[in-house]
Amino acid sequence: MAKSNKPIVWSLFAGGGMIAAFVLPAMIFITGLAVPMGLLLENALAYDRMLALVGNPIGKLVLFGVIFLSLWHAAHRLRMTLHDLGIRSGRVAMLACYGVAGLASIAAAVVLLSI
Amino acid sequence: MGEVMDRRPYVREMPKSWWLGQRRYTFYMVRELTCLFIGAYALVILVGLFRLSQGPVAYGAFVDALQGPFAIAFHLLALVFALFHTVTWFGLTPKAMPLRLGEKTVPGTAIIVAHYAVWFVVSATLLLVARA
Repeated sequence: MAKSNKPIVWSLFAGGGMIAAFVLPAMIFITGLAVPMGLLLENALAYDRMLALVGNPIGKLVLFGVIFLSLWHAAHRLRMTLHDLGIRSGRVAMLACYGVAGLASIAAAVVLLSI
Repeated sequence: MGEVMDRRPYVREMPKSWWLGQRRYTFYMVRELTCLFIGAYALVILVGLFRLSQGPVAYGAFVDALQGPFAIAFHLLALVFALFHTVTWFGLTPKAMPLRLGEKTVPGTAIIVAHYAVWFVVSATLLLVARA
């Protein structure tokens, strides 16, 4: 039987979809709405707190997991959707989607390890 | 063989707007396009972490930029799409991972309800930690 990378791609898609479903609504609310609009959580994104969070190895790992899996989920779904929308050049779509997700994931790892 | 055979697979023409005609197709497309907001938000966090690595001044500028009207509008929209993703994702869980306990198949609603329960706990924990 020919080897296929589909299970890996699909697991990352599914894992990312699950993580995104569980944590992103609350995270978007906190970082994008509550803090900027001054609703209850003024201190949530304070520099020292974020530095402490990212300084912690578990914090780094969790943040990397959320970013990496969300990006792969988005990349895979977007690739499939582009096909559904009639963009037939599969290879270009594949390179663009996974390429951006891959580069951004590497950037996330580098940035997290630098803090 | 006398005939020239065309070996390209037949691709039926579809109008690019096929998903606008029927509600369920539109619903499907909106569900798929939630991924744009999920990916974009992941990039926003990445930028925030990059600015954090540059020190307090750069990070302060990033946090200030989150208050701009464009940023607020983006996050409002992203929240709506993220919630839509959560609801549709949980709705698919019984099909994606049917569960059997011994002889019995766990009913789909139980699987969905369990996901909502975990979601509630995770979200409440994140909000409490952010508030502390």
